[in-house]
Amino acid sequence: MALAADHSTDTVLNARADARAQGGQVSDWMPYLPASSSPFCPEDVAADSLTWAETVAPGGYTHKVLARGTRFRLEDPTGEACAHTLLYNALEPTERLNVADTQKIPWQAYLGAGHPLLSGDGRVLATILTDTSGRHDAFCGTSTAAWNALRYGTALPEGPAPAGRDLFVKAAAKHGLGPADVPPSVSFFQGVRVAGDGSFDWFGSSGAGTAVELVAELPLIVLIANVPHPRDPRPEYVVGPLRVHAWRTPETNPTTPADERFDASPEVRRAYLNTLDYAEARGL
Amino acid sequence: MTTTIDNPVMRPVTTVPVPTATYLTPDGQLVSSVPVGASYADDHTHLEWGDPLVPGAVVLDEQVAPRASWSGVVRAGQVLTIVDVGGNQSGDCLLYNAQHTDERYSAPDTLAWQDNAYIRTGTVLRSNLGRALMTVVDNEIDRQDTIGGACSRESNTLRYGHHVMYHHGCRENFLTEGAKHGLGMRDIVSNINWFMNVPIEDDGALGIVDGMSAPGKRVALRAEIDTLVLISNCPQMNNPCNDFNPTPLRMIVSEPDTDLEYEADA
Ligand SMILES: [Zn+2]
Repeated sequence: MALAADHSTDTVLNARADARAQGGQVSDWMPYLPASSSPFCPEDVAADSLTWAETVAPGGYTHKVLARGTRFRLEDPTGEACAHTLLYNALEPTERLNVADTQKIPWQAYLGAGHPLLSGDGRVLATILTDTSGRHDAFCGTSTAAWNALRYGTALPEGPAPAGRDLFVKAAAKHGLGPADVPPSVSFFQGVRVAGDGSFDWFGSSGAGTAVELVAELPLIVLIANVPHPRDPRPEYVVGPLRVHAWRTPETNPTTPADERFDASPEVRRAYLNTLDYAEARGL
Repeated sequence: MTTTIDNPVMRPVTTVPVPTATYLTPDGQLVSSVPVGASYADDHTHLEWGDPLVPGAVVLDEQVAPRASWSGVVRAGQVLTIVDVGGNQSGDCLLYNAQHTDERYSAPDTLAWQDNAYIRTGTVLRSNLGRALMTVVDNEIDRQDTIGGACSRESNTLRYGHHVMYHHGCRENFLTEGAKHGLGMRDIVSNINWFMNVPIEDDGALGIVDGMSAPGKRVALRAEIDTLVLISNCPQMNNPCNDFNPTPLRMIVSEPDTDLEYEADA
């Protein structure tokens, strides 16, 4: 039913008053500004160090440029979130997440604490520091409109079953990037495992209240699309809200040789060396 | 990973249930937890689907769902009739030279050439090179808007508050539709808003107010060159650009039977 009866918008001044009267409301999904005002500030984080605080809507997307050394935490308050994630070097976005290297270089297919998210240029874009979910995926990427049309009968970005790729295209556009700049992504909070015959076993979520925390090893463009995993077997399009917090303090540094994870493996050590070399040369 | 790193116990986050709703789809119904904005109710909204505004053979006839985007190429000489099916539904519109999209609609060129701030019958819709893209050959609204721009997630937060960040917006539609034609953020310029009312008052006060359109009102545009047309059927829930009731649009392209009265002066 039309809402026009609830509004008086016949003149410019009335329309202005009507618009201004809508201020100050809250929504279940919104950014919190300033970030320090977040109603969901992590307990172990000082509110005044927050640089990003947001609840991403089911089927929504968000994006942010983060300074090098920023910590960012993704939380799944319902056990239904699925945070499809792309990372780019904010200074040179042709450097971006490379899922193949992210699995191959560490000799490990499944994302978890300590796993580096690598670019195709031999550097670490971000490192997963902590993980209480253990259900993530770097094989299946995100959904496309063709896939969602097949699975749900509809895939319009403005509709009830938006595809992750279509949300990434819009998020990328807001950083001057086009559809060709949307590579394969990783997803957090809904897992698959590869069976012996190669088939994907659906593990799904490990429940409500899990989180992953990452550190930005370079200045990052972060794109997140919160949509169901493409292998989610349910006929319904179910995805829960996603909480995002980022913060910076004198202690939140990118990985250095002083960190145990720097020497986790010879491959990752060289990746961190490459990253530090790049940062040093650029004066970061 | 072979390594073990500190994995401090993190605060359990508050858990809440995921609400779901049932939505109509082309194939039936879908249960989804996505918060989709309001749209018109069939039984409460009068719809007039209209007809082409100029006589001729219809070569394309499509409906744009409420809140959705649309695009199409109107060949030189063809006429695009846009029908405001539910009345006072803003059809946010961008135009491009279909062959060279660097040439695109320019609101300032359109207004400066005609020495008037509103679009009416006879208005030549000009490009950033000053050339005619399309001409308004007929129009059933007192005046059409090209000043009010498009709504967006981001500008909605300025106008109404951050709680509306996840409402759908026209810039989202332009990005979705533009991506199908290789267009990105830098290609989204000041647009036309068919059937939207943006008066400029004597003291300079300017804003979107109740529309002057009605179900079935139309505007007709003749393409002067092959023109790519992008439409966002505005999903706005916070201002009267669609009467707070998103309704469909109808897009009809026809080959006119006769030469039309208004000649482009390009
Ligand atoms: Zn709009």
